Amino acid sequence: MRADPNPHGATASGSGASGAGAAGAGAPGAPLQKPSGWQRGDAPQRLAQTALRDVPWEVGVAKPDPAIVVDGVTRTFGGLTAVAVDHLEVQRGGITGLIGPNGAGKTTLFNLLTGFDQPNTGSWEFDGRPLGKLAPHQVARLGVVRTFQLTKALSRLTVLQNMLLGAQGQRGESFWRALVPGTWKSQEQANTEKAMDLLRRFKLDAKKDDFAGTLSGGQRKLLEMARALMSDPKVVMLDEPMAGVNPALTQSLLGHVKDLREEGMTVIFVEHDMDVVRDISDWVVVMAAGRVIAEGPPESISQNQAVVDAYLGAHHDAPLTVEEEDQVLAQAEREIAREEHGGGDVLRSDTTTGKGER
Amino acid sequence: MGDLLDALAVALKAGLGFQAIFFALLAIGINVQFGYAGLLNFGQIAFALVGGFGIAISVSKWGLNFWVGVVIGLAAAVVLALLLGLPTLRLRADYLAIATIATAEGLRLLFRSVSATPVTNGTRGLSAFNGDFIALAPWATNERYRILGTSWSGGELWVALVGWALVILSCLLVWALMRSPWGRVLKSIREDEDAVRSLGKNVYVYKMQALVLGGILGALGGMVYAVGTGSAVPDQYQNANTFLAYAALILGGAARVLGPVVGSIVLLFILQFADTGLRLLIDNGVIPEGLLSSTDVAQIRFVLVGIGLMLLLVFRPQGIFGDRREVMLDAR
Repeated sequence: MRADPNPHGATASGSGASGAGAAGAGAPGAPLQKPSGWQRGDAPQRLAQTALRDVPWEVGVAKPDPAIVVDGVTRTFGGLTAVAVDHLEVQRGGITGLIGPNGAGKTTLFNLLTGFDQPNTGSWEFDGRPLGKLAPHQVARLGVVRTFQLTKALSRLTVLQNMLLGAQGQRGESFWRALVPGTWKSQEQANTEKAMDLLRRFKLDAKKDDFAGTLSGGQRKLLEMARALMSDPKVVMLDEPMAGVNPALTQSLLGHVKDLREEGMTVIFVEHDMDVVRDISDWVVVMAAGRVIAEGPPESISQNQAVVDAYLGAHHDAPLTVEEEDQVLAQAEREIAREEHGGGDVLRSDTTTGKGER
Repeated sequence: MGDLLDALAVALKAGLGFQAIFFALLAIGINVQFGYAGLLNFGQIAFALVGGFGIAISVSKWGLNFWVGVVIGLAAAVVLALLLGLPTLRLRADYLAIATIATAEGLRLLFRSVSATPVTNGTRGLSAFNGDFIALAPWATNERYRILGTSWSGGELWVALVGWALVILSCLLVWALMRSPWGRVLKSIREDEDAVRSLGKNVYVYKMQALVLGGILGALGGMVYAVGTGSAVPDQYQNANTFLAYAALILGGAARVLGPVVGSIVLLFILQFADTGLRLLIDNGVIPEGLLSSTDVAQIRFVLVGIGLMLLLVFRPQGIFGDRREVMLDAR
């Protein structure tokens, strides 16, 4: 087995699982078997990056193998248009970063895609299946699972119970079958083993019997991501997974997100930290004022004029010529001089009386 | 000393009598709704009302069999739960609270109104509908029996026995449900609905199931009460009983299987003991007549219970059975 290329092995102070080191991230046997045949610790494949290499850097560009296609989705709150996306495709098996200044409509778009909010117009589909009008739980059952900007750990349930909730198709979750343990005991057993595997991977196994409410903010993020993985999702949507997480744990989280891609999942995430975005994204979509204003590989984004305008404001764009610079400098100097002069005047007239106008 | 023992015995009888069963069943229902699923049902007494009157009207007015009346009462509770839940369970928790509290008061006023008199007998209520049930008692019901220094009529004893059997069965049901994945979903909904939705569970259906189950338990409580008193009067079903049941639940510990049961026994015991105890002290001159007369006792005992509950919430917020660590977590 090759050396682990991902930084998730770093023992983050926050993840504090004593004894978890033995079942380290790169340890053989620990990883979950996935149909793709990829194992944790193998070299990353980055198939999506290869596939997206020749895609032009244009808004609304068609992707070679889109998992999610959004068409003409708008959502208005009163007079405010929170989201107005004409066309957007998300490449399957890639990590798509969704960035934009505050209020750009990123979280609203997330809510729309996962059924937590309904759009005013537009349609979107996942694997060719239209997702409009579906309730959140129906979207989740199709394999599109999200996390939340403000972590939603179920405080008064244990970590293990949190995990078990994520499993899909549980027979014991129907009222009548719940009364006959024979119908769900074996499934519960299998789910528990799967949950423990995931908890070991996320270094939360030592905390399995603790209430989720006692975890630190970073651990809750980890738990939420692990819980989402219990449902074997096809698409994972992470809303600011790194917000409020200490830097050491960020590295570990990044590793986990990269692993999702290697296991064949499509990842969409909202993030403000550009270093993180540059590090893990295959493709970046930039939103501002509800619209997609740019998309392309991460390296294309920082040079994109529309993005710079959106973040810094349009009037900061053009570099100053030498004459303009002189002009501005001269004007500033004049102003300073006037202020000093005037300020002194005021001071004098305040302190010394009877002098009057000079 | 003998007086004190008598007071204890009377209180013990209250703690085990049909009123304790009534509150226990109401509180078990509230425990399913509020303790596990986080639903604020502030009108549990409405379910008891339809349960009790389900039997009373079926037997006294329509001349049906007692057991048909039980089925009608339970069906009415299910319908009431559905009516309350359908419009409100998609909304925030507050809306269910508002709807239930209004329904509880509205139903009572409707049942005692003049226009409902042909069916419910208005404020006088219905009686003589529990004969079929009392006749099933395996012992003579017109004799009195002495148990642990308390005197019970055969009928009372029979109602208490069947009532406690119902309580035990309800506890077993709740226990079996809450250890299952179904119960896990319910508890998760209490913590955060959106998280549960995002994991592919139909939250609405679970909340409805919890509301119906709790309503059925409340209706059973109302039936025990109606059969125990032998009459069904609308004004017996004051909504204050809902809040006493909440008090019993919090006293015993919410989200614990036995919390509501033990809470109800203790609550009824304390209420009755404060009552007889205070009267005893006044009669013996320990408390001077000028400070407290025996007519005040009925009110003062609730004040004492209120103070006791306040002290409980300060020093033991988790109740008798609760887990302090769990209660102290901020529920986010």
